[in-house]
Amino acid sequence: MPDLRSPQPSPDPIHRSTEAVAPTVAETVGNEANRRTNLAPSGETDVLAKAQAGDHSAFAQLYSLHKRRIYSLCLRMVGNVAEAEDLTQEAFLQLHRKIATFRGDSAFSTWLHRLTINVVLMHLRKKGLSLVSMDEAMEPAPEGNPGRSFGAPDLTLSGSIDRMALERAVGDLPAGYRLIFVLHDIEGYEHNEIASMLDCSIGNSKSQLHKARLKLRAALRSFPPQEARR
Amino acid sequence: MTENPNLMDCQEFQAQLPEMIGAGGKTALHPHLKSCALCRALLADLETIAEAARQLFPIEEPPDKLWKQIESVIRDEEKAEDPE
Repeated sequence: MPDLRSPQPSPDPIHRSTEAVAPTVAETVGNEANRRTNLAPSGETDVLAKAQAGDHSAFAQLYSLHKRRIYSLCLRMVGNVAEAEDLTQEAFLQLHRKIATFRGDSAFSTWLHRLTINVVLMHLRKKGLSLVSMDEAMEPAPEGNPGRSFGAPDLTLSGSIDRMALERAVGDLPAGYRLIFVLHDIEGYEHNEIASMLDCSIGNSKSQLHKARLKLRAALRSFPPQEARR
Repeated sequence: MTENPNLMDCQEFQAQLPEMIGAGGKTALHPHLKSCALCRALLADLETIAEAARQLFPIEEPPDKLWKQIESVIRDEEKAEDPE
C-alpha cells in the first residue's frame, strides 16, 4: 500500500524540510498557463487513480509515462548521469510515498515536475551548493566588460541553434547558472517562482539568467560548425 | 549613469538588459538599439538562445535498471510497513 502520510507542514517547505515535499496548489497552479505541461492523457486519469489505490502495475505505467521527462529534468539540472539516475529514483520513490496526496488541483505532470525539482534542490543543498549567494559562488561574469565583449555583428548566432550544441553548452555551465537557465528558459518557471524555490531575490534570478545566457552565447559562438552539428 | 534612454552607451544599456529582457518585448524598441548594431546583435542572440531553450524537450532515456531499483525499494518499504 502506498504511504498515506500527508506532506509535512512547514512555513517554508522547499527550503527547510528534511525531505522533498509535494508541491502546494499555489505552487503548481501559479503559472501553469505559461508552462509546458503535459496534460494527462485520457487514459492516465484511470492509471493515476489505480496507482493512488496502491496498484503496482499502474504505478509502473506512470513511471513509463513520465520517466523520460523526469530523468531529462534531473540530468539537465545536475549535469551528471549518475546523479541524475539517483535523483530520478528518489523522485519516483517520493512520488510513491506521496501519490495519495495528489488531489488533481493541477496537472499531475506539473505536480510531479515540481516534486522532482524539490528533490534536486535538496540534493544540491546537501552537496553544499549555495543557492542563495550564487553571485559570490560563481566565477567572474563571463563577459567581463560587456561593452567590448560581443564582437562584430557577423559573428552573431545565425538565428537558429543546433539542439545538441545547446544541450552541451548548458551542460558545461557552472551549476548555479545552469540551474537558473534550466528552470527559466527550458522549464518555463517565472523569476518570482525561481526566487521562491532558490531563496534568492528576483533580481538575483534575473541577473544569473542573463549571465547564463551570455556564457551560452560565448560557448555557442566558439563551437566549430562541424562540432555544433554533431 | 544617464537615466535618459536616448543617451545610454552600450555598458549602461547592457546593465539594464537583465531587467528588460522578458519584460513584455519592448526591449527591441529601446532607443539605444537604433544606433548600435553590436547591442542589436547581442539582444538578437540572447533572444535566439532563449527561444532555442524553449524548444528543448526531454530526450534522455533512463537506463532499464532504474525501474528495477525503484521497484525493489518500494517492495522493501512496503514489507517494512506491513511484515504480514
